[in-house]
Amino acid sequence: MPERVAKTGNDAAAYALKQINPDVVAAYPITPQTELMHKFAEYVADGDVDTEFVQVESEHSAMSAVVGASLAGARCCTATSSAGLALMWEILYVASGSRCPIVMPLVNRALSSPINIHCDHSDSMGARDSGWLQLYAENSQEAYDNVLQAVRIAEHPDVMLPTMATLDGFILSHTIEALEVNEDDVAKEFIGEYKRDYSLIDVENPSTFGPLALQNYYFEYKKQQIDAMDAARDVVLEVGREYGELTGRDYGFLDSYKCEDADVIMVGLGSTMGTAKEAADRVRSENGIAAGVLKVRCFRPFPASEIADALSGASAIGVMDRSVSFGLGGPLYHEVRSAMYGSQTPTADFIYGLGGRDIPLGDLKDIFVQLDEIRKEGKAEPDVRYVGLRE
Amino acid sequence: MMTDTATVIKTPLYKRPRCLTDEVTHYCSGCGHGIMHRMLAELIDELDIREKTIGIAPVGCAVLAYNYIDIDWSEAAHGRPPAVATGIKRVQPDKIVFTYQGDGDLASIGMAETIHAANRGENITIIFINNGIYAMTQGQMAPTTLAGQVTTTTPRGRSVEEEGPPIKVCELLQGFERVRLLARTAVNSPENVRKTRKLLKKALMYQIEGTGFSLIEVLSACPTYWRKTPQDCSDFIENVMSATFPLRVFKDTGKGLP
Repeated sequence: MPERVAKTGNDAAAYALKQINPDVVAAYPITPQTELMHKFAEYVADGDVDTEFVQVESEHSAMSAVVGASLAGARCCTATSSAGLALMWEILYVASGSRCPIVMPLVNRALSSPINIHCDHSDSMGARDSGWLQLYAENSQEAYDNVLQAVRIAEHPDVMLPTMATLDGFILSHTIEALEVNEDDVAKEFIGEYKRDYSLIDVENPSTFGPLALQNYYFEYKKQQIDAMDAARDVVLEVGREYGELTGRDYGFLDSYKCEDADVIMVGLGSTMGTAKEAADRVRSENGIAAGVLKVRCFRPFPASEIADALSGASAIGVMDRSVSFGLGGPLYHEVRSAMYGSQTPTADFIYGLGGRDIPLGDLKDIFVQLDEIRKEGKAEPDVRYVGLRE
Repeated sequence: MMTDTATVIKTPLYKRPRCLTDEVTHYCSGCGHGIMHRMLAELIDELDIREKTIGIAPVGCAVLAYNYIDIDWSEAAHGRPPAVATGIKRVQPDKIVFTYQGDGDLASIGMAETIHAANRGENITIIFINNGIYAMTQGQMAPTTLAGQVTTTTPRGRSVEEEGPPIKVCELLQGFERVRLLARTAVNSPENVRKTRKLLKKALMYQIEGTGFSLIEVLSACPTYWRKTPQDCSDFIENVMSATFPLRVFKDTGKGLP
């Protein structure tokens, strides 16, 4: 029987790592990911896992070490946040280019400067072009479920790409919630055995990884990555369905909440979408606004056509961005706009929560009210709005 | 007519340094940062360099040092203060530039910056607070954690076979020819605090002279993550930590200064 337990988001992700029992974990401390690795270090010390746990001197080395271990044929994990992910930057591309199916919980945190330890999505959004799959969690349950599914998705022979499963720093990582965890043997069977087709050292199939490829072959390597990311679309759905059969919790690209009859829809990522669902219910009963929420669970690969379908009935759309592409605007907004190409539905970008600025229920209700006005006017002016900002 | 008593009161022996702000620090009771901040503030006052001193704050417990010492500061990314200090000092060579770093910042993620700043003999002062632990992120094993020491990521104690022995920064740097002053000290007793003050003053004066790289390593307590009382921490530094990290001057090529 699955067990219902109380865990922080960090503990939930660490529990998933324990059940994965990776061959190698290399990590470096960074707030707010730290407790995740404390917990995992306890599993190592108590003999609950067989993992080779390496405490390296930086995140750059952490990612390098798991790349090395992955190329040597191991199932590998690490975890980080913010500046840690930024320091891994160079090796993120090495991991995806070398087709290392590394799984990494990423506890979202703002980037310096100014220095800040709280949640926004600048870190993962900065890595959106690095060739990693990205799954976002609304709560600790999803963080746990996503980490387990990430192993299956990443290691699928058609994919073989690294995957980060994100959870919002402090909001999820440090908040205790009730969640359901699988029995160890159920989780183990779901994850299955890992075997690379190629690894160091297989004398029957000698291999070299990451060799020089210039004008002659580099482009073909990249096309293979593009194809693998495309192939991941079916795998994300297939693994999500299988996980649903096992646990009763289905996963796909999106989580659509009352969008079917909605006039106005809010699109976003992560923990804010939980509050947004409550806000939708409130404005439905209090303001008579037919509000819906579309949560993007899988951001890479980006489910453009699925998003366009889900939003096709809306008369106004608000996209929630917890990060900024300076000089452009919210990255999710622009990708949603691109997915909606040709649509005349007015769409506004709501930039919120940078550096952990709180986004309470009232702000989200107000956004639905603004969307309803946009719906009535038939246009979104201004199209970029800042939530909870002092000006 | 003033009495002798009044004269004494008008010139107190102990007063708040001018460049120490009124902020209440966030440091835990028994932490060495408070002593070191005050000492640094006193020396900046004494050497009359407040208006020309630039500090580089690390990532670690001392990340908020700029709230406490009233000089110009820059924050640096984790481990990068010696590189940032290099850049600042090269542009403003007449300024006094110091970094204030913990063992995680200086000897782990920033070891490359430390070694190369020392090798180039940058005319900067590095204040290296060694408490053998990552304290800000809640007590993980650091490069300077003692063998067998329990931390949140070594719940059974640091294993030399798995994690290697603690890294000794002064011993590592003493062969670097452009290092001017290299010393390890502690702030666990009044006597050691006085010694530390003398060495830090010397390091700053060498920089004022314009003659080179100094690093003062200070063994400092972390009662919170050592899980000891402040007194036990002082004894631990005296009897245990100093055995691995002997307190001494490793290198001093200076002449003529006190």
